[in-house]
Amino acid sequence: MLCSDIIRAVHAEPLVVSNEERLTKDYKAAFASDLMSDALALIQDEFEHTILITGLCNAQVLRTAEMLDLETVLFVRGKKLAGADLMMAQSMDINLFTTTYTMYETCGILYGQGLGSIS
Amino acid sequence: MNKILQKEFHVERDDYANAGMASSQIKSTLKQVGVDPKVMRRIAVAAYEAEINMIIHAWGGVVYLDVTEDGMIHLIFQDCGPGIPDLEKAMTPGWSTASKKARELGFGAGMGLPNIKRVSDEFTIESSPAGTSIFLTFRVEE
Repeated sequence: MLCSDIIRAVHAEPLVVSNEERLTKDYKAAFASDLMSDALALIQDEFEHTILITGLCNAQVLRTAEMLDLETVLFVRGKKLAGADLMMAQSMDINLFTTTYTMYETCGILYGQGLGSIS
Repeated sequence: MNKILQKEFHVERDDYANAGMASSQIKSTLKQVGVDPKVMRRIAVAAYEAEINMIIHAWGGVVYLDVTEDGMIHLIFQDCGPGIPDLEKAMTPGWSTASKKARELGFGAGMGLPNIKRVSDEFTIESSPAGTSIFLTFRVEE
């Protein structure tokens, strides 16, 4: 699913676009969790084609994405990072978006439109 | 075995603001020596989990990074205590003693040590009230 289609599907608002080329990138899967340990344990493949969906909103989300080489993070329930963290995302070359949908709604919409789960 | 790279990183107790900084530095250091991206990701995951443990469970400590001539990467996480009373329980997936603060950060799911062991080529842990040491080894090439 193209990143631009993901954004459109959940009416997401960009928080940081570090890399504009990725807006047209085709992502194969998403992983959704508020537990970063789960993300670190369970995302084991297709890192560059997986987006992270989370309701956790702090610097550790960015660190987790950095460690896993994830390029795109989607926050749910309208959550937004603060200034210093946005700059950190920029320096890590991570794109951040936020949607007002809940985690359940976000996952349902994206799964329904063809964005798969991690293998 | 001769070391071609040797570095150390200090991790402070309860320093939540900088949690992950040492792991980030380890990752960028290893990137410069051309470590395979897949290996690098495993190292980064192990380092980050271990660093978080040092901050949320221990009283801080030091991380030692060595790359040796035989293509091995060694990481030692040496904390200042108070130690892990029951190592067997600590290695059980889902078992956790994490604080509310740790859970707010997205950790404390009881996956840290099992996850570190899973991604490492070699894993050894020793613990006493004086501190816990985790010895990890990775081969540069998969």
